[in-house]
Amino acid sequence: MRGDQINLQNVIARSATQVPSPQERSGGVDRVTKLIDVSRCIGCKACQVACAEWNDLRDEVGECVGEYDNPLDLTPNTWQVMRFDEYEDEQGNLEWLIRKDNCMHCAEPGCLEACPAPGAIVQYANGIVDFNSEHCIGCGYCVSGCPFDVPRISKKDHKAYKCTLCSDRVFHGLEPACVKSCPTGSIMFGTREDMFDLAETRTNFLRSRGFDNAGVYNPEGVDGTHVIYVLQHADRPGLYSHLPEDPRISPLVDAWKGVTKPLASMAIGLAALTGFFHYVTAGPKEYGEEDEAAVREDEAREREREERP
Amino acid sequence: MTNHWVDIRNADLIIAMGGNPAEAHPVGFRWVMEAREHNDARLVVVDPRFNRTAAVADFYAEIRTGTDIAFLGGLIHYLIESGQFQQDYVRAYTDASLIVSPEFGFDDGLFTGYDPDNGEYDKSSWQYEYDDEGHARRDETLQHPRCVFQLLRQHYSRYTLDVVHSVCGTPREKIQRIWEMIAETAAPDKTMTFLYALGWTQHSIGSQIIRTAAIVQLLLGNMGMRGGGVNALRGHSNIQGLTDLGLLSNLLPGYLSLPRSGEQEYDPYILERARPPLVADEVSYWRHYERFHVSLMKAWFGDAASEENDWCYDWLPKLGVDLYDILHTFERMHQGEVNGYICQGFNPLAAFPHKAKITESLSRLNYLVVIDPLRTETAEFWRNHGEFHDVDPAEIDTEVFRLPTTAFAEEDGTIVNSSRWLQWFWAAAPPPGEARADTAIMAGIFLRLQQLYREEGGAFPEPILNLHWPYRRPDEPSPEELAREYNGWALEDVFDEERNLLIRAGEQLEDFGMLRADGSTACGCWLFAGCWTEGGNQMVRRDNSDPYGTGQTLGWAWSWPANRRILYNRASARPDGTPWAARKAVVWWNGQRWVGNDVPDFPPTSAPGDGQAPFIMNQTGRGQIFARDRMNEGPFPEHYEPFETPIANNPLHPDNPLAKHNPGARVFEQDRENFGTYEEFPHAATSYRLTEHFHYWTMHNRLNAIAQPEKFVEIGESLAEELGIAKGDRVRVSSKRGYIEAVAVVTKRIRPLQVAGQTVHQVGIPLHWGFLGETKKSYLTNTLTPSVGDGNTQTPEYKSFLVRVEKL
Repeated sequence: MRGDQINLQNVIARSATQVPSPQERSGGVDRVTKLIDVSRCIGCKACQVACAEWNDLRDEVGECVGEYDNPLDLTPNTWQVMRFDEYEDEQGNLEWLIRKDNCMHCAEPGCLEACPAPGAIVQYANGIVDFNSEHCIGCGYCVSGCPFDVPRISKKDHKAYKCTLCSDRVFHGLEPACVKSCPTGSIMFGTREDMFDLAETRTNFLRSRGFDNAGVYNPEGVDGTHVIYVLQHADRPGLYSHLPEDPRISPLVDAWKGVTKPLASMAIGLAALTGFFHYVTAGPKEYGEEDEAAVREDEAREREREERP
Repeated sequence: MTNHWVDIRNADLIIAMGGNPAEAHPVGFRWVMEAREHNDARLVVVDPRFNRTAAVADFYAEIRTGTDIAFLGGLIHYLIESGQFQQDYVRAYTDASLIVSPEFGFDDGLFTGYDPDNGEYDKSSWQYEYDDEGHARRDETLQHPRCVFQLLRQHYSRYTLDVVHSVCGTPREKIQRIWEMIAETAAPDKTMTFLYALGWTQHSIGSQIIRTAAIVQLLLGNMGMRGGGVNALRGHSNIQGLTDLGLLSNLLPGYLSLPRSGEQEYDPYILERARPPLVADEVSYWRHYERFHVSLMKAWFGDAASEENDWCYDWLPKLGVDLYDILHTFERMHQGEVNGYICQGFNPLAAFPHKAKITESLSRLNYLVVIDPLRTETAEFWRNHGEFHDVDPAEIDTEVFRLPTTAFAEEDGTIVNSSRWLQWFWAAAPPPGEARADTAIMAGIFLRLQQLYREEGGAFPEPILNLHWPYRRPDEPSPEELAREYNGWALEDVFDEERNLLIRAGEQLEDFGMLRADGSTACGCWLFAGCWTEGGNQMVRRDNSDPYGTGQTLGWAWSWPANRRILYNRASARPDGTPWAARKAVVWWNGQRWVGNDVPDFPPTSAPGDGQAPFIMNQTGRGQIFARDRMNEGPFPEHYEPFETPIANNPLHPDNPLAKHNPGARVFEQDRENFGTYEEFPHAATSYRLTEHFHYWTMHNRLNAIAQPEKFVEIGESLAEELGIAKGDRVRVSSKRGYIEAVAVVTKRIRPLQVAGQTVHQVGIPLHWGFLGETKKSYLTNTLTPSVGDGNTQTPEYKSFLVRVEKL
């Protein structure tokens, strides 16, 4: 992480911006990665609390719905949650699979591609995908752009929020707060290369303990992620609270981007778009044929509107 | 802990039983992960619930709550009969070869000497057979029919795999598998560590469960070894310090003990405790008891303590009963015999069993003083909190005073952790408002009392008027001053036996070897001698260098006794002084003295040829398989059912009702009437903590409240199906003593057990949540728990009781 300073020239991708800013400086920035070894997680939620403390987040006090999970889901005030799953194999052996769920910091971020507000979402050279609230218009399209269902829109300030991988800490040479708080070494942080080395060690360890399908979760569909998991059952990520098997950016994102890119440069039409984005965001992950049809209809209508004098 | 947190990484096998370290000690648990990753260790969990520790374990076995003696007793049987124990170690370092008195016996669940009328044992037959010099007779071949080894073998011969399976409900193949894994650590170069906590202590047979584990470790040669030991993971920050400083009704600092009412004379009091060796030439370090005691009295009473007045022996309270424990005190309060109660750092209404009785008891006080940093349920016991605490304030006359105190992060001082390390810490923030340190509050109370005695007189004023109070600010003794006092100092020049000067008058003691019984030293806690020497405060040390790579870090903080990190570490070497195994070496004999990576827990120049044995605090010098008269319910642990058991009788003694429950336990009459039966309350319940909370404190913290906001109980899928309960339903859980309502967590992690031919369902009830704080208001778990304690310590039986679960 040598050379990681707050330096917006280190931005390698910027939402709703065709050409990234030219950079005088190059090199010296390693890609970072957070490794979450699910097999070492005891579900203590120290990471969850550390995240809230570092980022000054205080969610509502919720309720128990009959499971250990709490808060139950990500919110604008909860950027990561622990998800607990009880899994019994064919022989009746029980496993309690506890997965820390937060932004995966995709190499190819669906949120960033979907975002229509220039500079509201950026990707740094170290791989972190960060939301810049100042530029966020609260349209929510990052929500449907995300294959992991991570961003959440605040009802209070109508902006999108998610894990920043503690970009502020990382810029100053510190590990993310969750990593620092983890008592069992389940969450580790370092250069991408180092983390993959470590992931291999951990995977080999699991194999030696009888988990033949242990492996690393670093989905290709989004060109890999800067948060990777070591899973006991890498062949079945769905066991871990529906971790997607093969996450990809929704085809909708490309579909509508073709339409809106020209618009993005125009000041007008943003208000209309906002309404449109809200409409589309329902059901961010599952797209049936009906949805697609609906979107295509919408697109057609949109095109019509554009073509009108 | 006989060992320490970091040393867990040296273990080859970790048994988490009677504890859930990942849940309750997540930070220390890192060393378990270290052992797995870097020492190829296996982690095994035996628990009623598949818990957070089990989530990362290599092997898990379910067990019925309160049956651990059966599980471990069966293991002893298995180890002996299969010859998988460390023979040389057992012969040389345990009392296995000592011969027991012919009067000692055991018949159908009762040891000799039982008086069923008063429920107590006459323990006089629980002894070795002694020769004319008072030394125990021995048979090094271990063949004598009354040697400890043969009696042990005979005692556990009843604990077969089938019996254990029937009592514990654990599947046979799982029991066998775990026993085999444990047996592997009988090898001299392999060690197993037991990690336990309140899951062993909070039973009516809790102390004996721990003793069973100790016997297992002695058989395997795992005591005094790296990665071995019997390791209590203490339940509160500084609860180790509490016991070390003797904050129990029958103790004085450093595990010295108060006299009983029958001990009115000083000399017999000392003689009883300064016990001579029972095997010729052994160290028997407690023989120096008088040095510790006199030095304590000099610290307490200064010049007033002299040889002429037996060091103020008459001023010490004499115990009328064995223990004035909480159950005893609240029983007396309930009977109207206690009129005032000072409650410091304690929340009895929430934390003590049988809440209804606690509420009634507190209502009978004239006054209650609560010293606490937070609002506590106890301080508000008189206030109506609706369904959660339905009392009528008009009927309660108790006057309640609340004295706000500092929280741990608002004061300097030292905390003794489970590893026995005294680690100095510094205040992170000033206290809010009027809050004062506990020491300042106690000093204030003391000084006012002293003034009243001085001005108005009163009965027996001497101990109050003469208490030595040398602090710079009498109303606020500083942590530094108290620490120096615990360490102790010389009042006169101290010499060794050859008249060499050891230390000058006024200097801080280097270690407890400098203590004297002639009044020339003062020491507030002999075990802590060495923590603040002439070299300064040793507890602030933070040197984590580890030259041997063993994790001992002798420069990190300070560990009692004498900075030793692994107790009984002489046992890590063979009788000839060489380590049992290089990878397990701790101390060894270099030809002149004991050296190694730890401070030897042994006389440093006692040569192997001298034949002294490693367990220097015991009169035999040996690990005690046979407890003699030190335990109230017998010299060998025996399985007895919890006082509320889900089965009809004790499967080991089905025809002897006296041996159904612990025959040595103390039960108050009214409490006995409040025990439920399995016909009415069929479900076996156990209570425990969650990681997200610490008792009832963290209810006040928003972040903890967010992480676990509402009371729940855990119910296995099979029971839930039987009762028509779905995840998230509200349920009522009742015991003979009351009921609570909570959300049901329906889980695969609790499985029904087949016990003695019937199905037993277990129910898990976290102890957290109350009617104060940031979380959702709830009932208190201890509404349900029974008022009965361990036969020796009176620790309440929070872990095994009966309930009935119903869907609301």
